[in-house]
Amino acid sequence: MPGDVSALQLLLSGDPALLAIVRLSLIVSLSAVVFGGLIGVPFGAAVALTRFPGREAVIVILNALMGLPPVVVGLAVYLLLSRSGPLGSWGLLFTPQAMIVAQTVLIAPIIAALARQTVEDLWSEYRDELAAMDVGPLGRIATLIWDGRFSLVTALLAGFGRAAAEVGAVLIVGGNIDGFTRTMTTAIALETSKGDLPLAIGLGLVLIAIVVVVNAAAWGLRRAGERLAG
Amino acid sequence: MRAPVTDLPIVLEDVSFSAGGVTILDRISLVLVAGSPTVLIGPNGAGKTTLLRLVMGLIAPTRGRVTWGGREQASPTHRAIVFQRPAMLRRSAAGNIRYALAAAGVPRARRAAHALALGALVGLTGLERRPARKLSGGEQQRLALARALAKEPQLLLLDEPTASLDPAATKAIEDVIRKVAASGIKVVMSTHDLGEAKRLAGEIVLVHRGHVIESGPADAFFSAPKTEEARRFTAGELLV
Repeated sequence: MPGDVSALQLLLSGDPALLAIVRLSLIVSLSAVVFGGLIGVPFGAAVALTRFPGREAVIVILNALMGLPPVVVGLAVYLLLSRSGPLGSWGLLFTPQAMIVAQTVLIAPIIAALARQTVEDLWSEYRDELAAMDVGPLGRIATLIWDGRFSLVTALLAGFGRAAAEVGAVLIVGGNIDGFTRTMTTAIALETSKGDLPLAIGLGLVLIAIVVVVNAAAWGLRRAGERLAG
Repeated sequence: MRAPVTDLPIVLEDVSFSAGGVTILDRISLVLVAGSPTVLIGPNGAGKTTLLRLVMGLIAPTRGRVTWGGREQASPTHRAIVFQRPAMLRRSAAGNIRYALAAAGVPRARRAAHALALGALVGLTGLERRPARKLSGGEQQRLALARALAKEPQLLLLDEPTASLDPAATKAIEDVIRKVAASGIKVVMSTHDLGEAKRLAGEIVLVHRGHVIESGPADAFFSAPKTEEARRFTAGELLV
């Protein structure tokens, strides 16, 4: 197909526009994974290990938030960051930072919900041992996160997959500005609507390749870690 | 040098424990003092594990009270327990022992050497770098013992430490228990294996249906049981 050949040529020639879009997409999504992990993992662990009134409701809400529609997140973050919004003075709207915020909001619940399940399962196994060793609350959380690290990688991967694939949130808060806030997904949507299929196909191939490579790397890391740590 | 014994004697006064409307232990009174190993014997479901958990302080009695060295509130600093199915932390064998040493407050600089020594004590030399979860059942029990010994307890509780182990693994565990007891640590263990009780016990406590049926020196218990249940149990009959 002519379109496929053009997409391949773009990829092989290292087209600067394509590379810039790929670079920005990775920066935004990986940053969101880092922030989402920093928020989601401790929060999920805390929910797993503590008992408080309304905990069941928190778990149900957390699980429900895994299905947050990206456009709704985009709209909410847009309202927060718009000039008349409570955080409008920060001047973040239509910047990569706003896109990171939106994707963090989108994936933090996913990471938190999966982390809660991982930590809770491990806790049911470790509870007696850690109590017998007189390990304090912070030590317990640290131990469970560390020992559950290989499963938690899967939670981070789920977050990355969600961030890398979504288009609604980054389109609303980023504005899809050429050379500034254009990501692979927003570019694919735009180029497809313009009829420029080679670039759209090229970006689609890169996106799929990145997701496969990241997952393969995480899988390899997990297998190696399990061999060493059991 | 070992710290002064602070948790002994452990006194259970009229202790009951219920869960989910079921009475598991019913008005038990017992005193555990320093000395030779105390072995809790009785059939499965008698309440031995619950009794060990109460003595460890992992659960609170629903009636009566437990005191450790005269104190009702005593953190388990000087007590350790090995569960029937110990959970192995997702680390190497040495990593598991180092973790226990860290939890016991042993300075980081001393942990590696101390972990090796504990590994050697329980016969795990050469297996330090193996993932703990990939050790055999007997090796995992010995690793759990090493972990328990990391806090230099005055009291070591063992919940059926040789259940489902083959004779060689059982002998290895029993050898460690003898070494531990000889070092001055008070061992309280449960078993439903009469042979093991005879080999290890200085004192016997027969538990059945949540009650202490009979307790006393092992020699007297096995040679002249005072109760019908003890007589039947020592004769190898089934207590149901």
